[in-house]
Parts: sequence; C-alpha cells; structure tokens
Amino acid sequence: MATALIHVPASAKRGEIIQIKALISHVMEPGYRRTSLGAVIPRDILRRFVCTYNGEEIFRAEMYPAIAANPYFAFNTIASDSGTFEFTWSGDNGFSKRETVAIKVE
Amino acid sequence: MKRREFLVVSGLGTAFGFASRAARATPAEEKEAILRLTGAAMVKQGRVTLDLPPLVENGNSVPLTVSVDSPMTAADHVKAIHVFVEKNPQPFVAAFHLGPRAGRAVVSTRIRLADTQTVVAICEMSDGSFWSGSADSVVTLAACTESE
Amino acid sequence: MNRLAGLLLALAIPAVAGQIPLSERRSGYELMRQDTRNLQDDDTANPGMLWVAEGKDLWSAKPDSASRACADCHGDASVSMKGVAARYPVFSASAGRPIDLEQRINACRTRQQHASPFAFESRELLALTAYIARQSRGMPIDVGSDPRLEPFLAAGREEFERRRGQLNLACTQCHDDNWGKHLGGSVIPQGHPTGYPIYRLEWQGVGSLQRRLRGCISGVRSEPYAYGAPELVNLELFLMWRARGMPLETPAVRP
Repeated sequence: MATALIHVPASAKRGEIIQIKALISHVMEPGYRRTSLGAVIPRDILRRFVCTYNGEEIFRAEMYPAIAANPYFAFNTIASDSGTFEFTWSGDNGFSKRETVAIKVE
Repeated sequence: MKRREFLVVSGLGTAFGFASRAARATPAEEKEAILRLTGAAMVKQGRVTLDLPPLVENGNSVPLTVSVDSPMTAADHVKAIHVFVEKNPQPFVAAFHLGPRAGRAVVSTRIRLADTQTVVAICEMSDGSFWSGSADSVVTLAACTESE
Repeated sequence: MNRLAGLLLALAIPAVAGQIPLSERRSGYELMRQDTRNLQDDDTANPGMLWVAEGKDLWSAKPDSASRACADCHGDASVSMKGVAARYPVFSASAGRPIDLEQRINACRTRQQHASPFAFESRELLALTAYIARQSRGMPIDVGSDPRLEPFLAAGREEFERRRGQLNLACTQCHDDNWGKHLGGSVIPQGHPTGYPIYRLEWQGVGSLQRRLRGCISGVRSEPYAYGAPELVNLELFLMWRARGMPLETPAVRP
C-alpha cells in the first residue's frame, strides 16, 4: 500500500504558472542488487507517472531504474480552470495508484 | 540483447530486467540509446541546463533539475526531455513529456548515479529539432559497509 | 626536541578529554550539502514525510475491531505527543531500566491495545515512531536528568568510549576527536541523534537509531547487539543526553 504526498496550490489566478510536486513511496528495486548469498533481487520499479488536469495530460514521466527510491517529480503547469488534477503511477508487478487533488482558479 | 533492451524500454512490458549483467553500461551504449531517439537528426548543444550537484552526498539519491529555454507556446514548445547517463548499468534515466500547457520547461527529480560521470539531457522540440545539455557529477561510495 | 615533546604530550592526553564542549556541538544537518539540507527542510519533498503520513494513519487505526486506536486514548497527537520524543529514552518503573520510544510504543500495543508488538524496523513501527517524533520537531532534547538513569547513562558512556571490533575503534575516537574530517568520501559527524527516525540516503528509506548504531558497530567489524538489547538502549540514552538542548529535527535526512 504505497503512500503518496502531493502538493498543488489550493488556489491560483488564471494564467498563473503553478508548480506541482508529487512524491510516492516505492522501493524502486533496480534489478542489479544481490543478496548476501549472491541471488539477484528482481527488478521492481515504477515505470510511468501521468498527471492530467481536467482530463487532459499535462505531464508524463517514463521512469527507469535510475530514478531514486521514493520517486519525486516537480513540474509546472498553467492554471487554466478550476477542477481536478489526477495523478497515476504504474509499474512492475501490476502496480497502480491514483490520487486526485482539486484546485480553484479565479 | 539490444532488441530486448529496446522492447523493455518502450514499455511493452516484460518483467525481467538485466539481472545477469554485472557490468556497467558504456559511453558507447549511451550513444546508441541517444541515436535511437534522435535518428539522423542533428543534436544541437544549448538551451538545456542541468542543475546537478558537482559532488554528490550519496549516489543513491542525487537531485536533478532540467530547465529548457523555450517560450512554451503552442507553436514553439518542448515536447519531451530525455535524460541519459554513461556509467550506470543502463543508459536511460527518464523521459519527461511536456507540452505548451507546462508554462515553464523545468522538471526536478532525484536520480541514482553509480559512478562519477556526465549526465546528458536531450530535448525534443515541437519543430522536431533536438537540443542537448550536460553536467558532471563526482560520486563517492559511503565510508562504511553495513551488515544489514 | 619539539617534535618529541609534542608526541609525548599527545600520548599523555586521555581519550575522555575529547568530549565536545556543549557550545561546539553541531547537528549532522550542518555538515550536509545544501541540496540535502533543502531536502530535509521541504516537507513536500522530504521522503521521511511519507513515513510520517503512514504513521498518522496508524495513529487512528484500531488494531482490530475490539481494540482501541492510539487516538482513542491520546487524542490529537500534535497536542498529546508534543515534547514526548524529545524526552526519550526514559526510565520505566515496570522494566526497571530505560526504554526507548519504540519500546514504549510496543508496551502500549501489548498492554493497552492488546495487540501484538511491532517488529523492530518494521514499516509500521518506523512510521508510528516518525509520526510521534515529528510532533516534537524543533523542541530541545531533554534526556537523562532523572537520577534513576544514572547507572544506565554511565553504562552508555562506557559503550561509547570502549574500543571494539577488528578495527579496534571506539565511537569517541571518530565522533569526538575527528568529527568534521573525512572518512573515505564521507564527512564524520559528531553523531548526535537529533532527527531519528531518519531518512538515510544510503538506506533509501527510514531507519531507527538502533539500526544506525548496529551499522556503525558492524562497520568496525564488531558483532552488533540485537535490536532492543539493553546495551543499545543505554547507548541511545547516552547519545540523547550528549545531545541535550539540541533541537529535534525528525524526520531528518542524512547521507
């Protein structure tokens, strides 16, 4: 059960560029590490992060094992209308998580 | 091996990684990965700035911010930023897809660096052109080993 | 002649004289790069806050339908837990010795909530400890003044000053005598537990002070004590006393 922490300003002026920060707990096991007995620890990473704003994709990240554990992204978007941001993470072993945050734009 | 690598990279979903590869990727593999992205197009140096610590605190988590000088209008904007490395087990780090709604082409994240190396960001513009920038970082190992 | 005098003088200084004067104590925070300090300071980017968020959920969760949640007795943690982590380890009358915060949480789990204790270093115990300790962020550490703790404080000090392991090193030799210098690529901190449980970049996750101590002990090639061992709690007690007055930073980020 992964935990996600998202920061979106609660309100913004129309046309203002806002910064969004998204942090999720995930081990991002790269698939190169070995146990003390020499067995490879299989890869288990998040592969994709998508942010939509009122249904339209505004940011997408494709991730590889080189993204640090507990992946973090900060990106920008233009505040256009009040509504909802939807954040989706997906990855190995069928991982999927979705969070939504509302914003008021005036 | 290269073809399998490409399939995994494009997300066509096999669960295996490169478990058997103990060796690091080489600058040649990074070049090939970049070439597969840009094809025959020329990659111009400039407009892309990487903010990366010159000496890392710990290679497991290195903060990276990529900024691209672009008006981010519908006519002229950044489509994607691709980040590559030369001395990690594989050359790919991330691909960020933006668009005119971004307002500002600035993305921050935290990456893993296996060794002292140069990180490269290739930016794909809406007019089909490619621009690149890079930054170097020195990576040292932690002082003690732990028996967890 | 001067070199000989200098050498004799150096050998004559006892190890205990290496104690850091109170006014010269520095948290590990100050020895980190600016990027890492920024990471600790930004609650929206600090990965330790993921554990704090999970701890907040656990605080209100009933272990099972018949038991009470932490919140049922302790209410709003930002009120009831304020200052608590800054005072641990404390003397436990029932145990007859000091206990740390993790042990206190488990004592509550078993005695008040009638639930099984969390394993040391389990996700749940780290999350709950991080959440509780976060409520003391910014407050000065206040540990060790209870006279009943005296023999345990002395035992903890002895652990800190005794050489151990194949490398035959005592904690004080690095953390009192050589802090600020480099061991390999890393800067040696003074070793104050000002932000536990910490998000350690090397671990890529949150861990307890006992995990860090066990790591150091195995680092000098000595067999580490088991989690929850009295030697470790005594050492925690001594280290928190050594850091008295310094503000708590939980959840801290460290290399």
